[in-house]
Amino acid sequence: MIDVKNLRKSFGSAEVLKGIDLSIEKSQVVVIIGPSGSGKSTLLRCMNYLEVPTQGQILINGTDLQKADINKVRSEIGMVFQRFNLFPHMTVLQNILLAPMKVRNIDRKTAEQDALVLLERVGLENKADAYPTQLSGGQQQRVAIARALAMRPKVMLFDEPTSALDPEMVGEVLDVMRNLAKEGMTMVIVTHEMGFAREVGTRLLFVDDGKIIEQGEPRVVFETPKEERTRLFLSKVL
Amino acid sequence: MSFNLDLVIKSFPLLLAGALITIKITLISVTIGIFIGLFVGIARIVNIRAVKLFAAVYVDFIRGTPLLVQIFIIYFAMPIVLGIKIDPLIAAITACSINSGAYVAEIFRAGIQAVDEGQMEAGRSLGLTWPQTMRYIIIPQAFKSVIPPLGNEFIALLKDSSLVSVIGFEELTRRGQLIIARTYGSLEIWLSVAFLYLIMTVTISRLVAYLERRFDTKYDRR
Repeated sequence: MIDVKNLRKSFGSAEVLKGIDLSIEKSQVVVIIGPSGSGKSTLLRCMNYLEVPTQGQILINGTDLQKADINKVRSEIGMVFQRFNLFPHMTVLQNILLAPMKVRNIDRKTAEQDALVLLERVGLENKADAYPTQLSGGQQQRVAIARALAMRPKVMLFDEPTSALDPEMVGEVLDVMRNLAKEGMTMVIVTHEMGFAREVGTRLLFVDDGKIIEQGEPRVVFETPKEERTRLFLSKVL
Repeated sequence: MSFNLDLVIKSFPLLLAGALITIKITLISVTIGIFIGLFVGIARIVNIRAVKLFAAVYVDFIRGTPLLVQIFIIYFAMPIVLGIKIDPLIAAITACSINSGAYVAEIFRAGIQAVDEGQMEAGRSLGLTWPQTMRYIIIPQAFKSVIPPLGNEFIALLKDSSLVSVIGFEELTRRGQLIIARTYGSLEIWLSVAFLYLIMTVTISRLVAYLERRFDTKYDRR
């Protein structure tokens, strides 16, 4: 579904990604962990070309993003950001309707029906007319997930979705993500939530210094890390 | 010193008509200026070198030369190039619009750049194109923060429009000069003229403050 080939990314003279090869299958839940500055977010952002690779290839269902109609590709890849990035001048409902109506040309009535179903799924059906600033962080992030799902994406990318949340709100967002995973959504998640990574992830990547250091089934990597660097990192965060 | 109140009362209708003309050219120029400014402001941040350069040259030229000289160029110099006489009204509006467009462009550029980068990323990640994201997400948010500086620009232009009196266009200041030429009532007339400008500018700033409040309550409460 997603193929990353020899991906390199530099910002100025700093090389952040130093040759990443990765292949993600349908319905996999890939969790990326690693120290801050390791390049894990950049790797995720390359997957929908929010960052354009300096070298290498990203293929989504066999289409090279370099040559693809990037807007079409992005419309099929949902992304959830650390700081939600809801549109503050629109209500919750308008946030969700915008892309289906403008990108897919779906009529308002159909789009609204879909949006309300999605809001129910994330437990916010009574917040349709609220503005984002009237919601808690956890609620905002759930709206952001609903907004991404409204495009019926084939993959969902999560960039530290719970890092900006107060501790008591982390659970409600993880619940929504857990349900998505159960429904078979292909997901790539950059996170610091180790418990969640272990429980929901079908595959764990440990990234450090722009490279994939170790990967495998989460349980196995957590319990018996092969690499010294993985061991060191895990001993600090677990 | 004597203050001839009678002269003030008698000239008032003439001056008021001049003030209305001042309002008219300011409103037309600001409206055209906002259109120019929106496009030039976006042109300054777009990723196309030629467009960017053109916008930068325009803004630098307008901001780097006096409005009075710009009026002279349009009214006296352009006819030599074009070979046609330009009507003072057209010259006045052209000069004021082009001038205001440059300042408004800078206001919009700053307003757009003040919108959180994550907003553009969120829009693009949903599959919206750059122009769509600009139109539906970035510009509506930028508008809120540009209301106060836009109000200032409106007031500045209203006052600067007095400069078009030099090409004989009969707005408020020119009307004042003409009345004084007949009556020698410098004191009475200039004070009346100043009073009328003041009424207009204070009204605008109140209007802007009201707009600002309205936009604020809509979604900015925390």
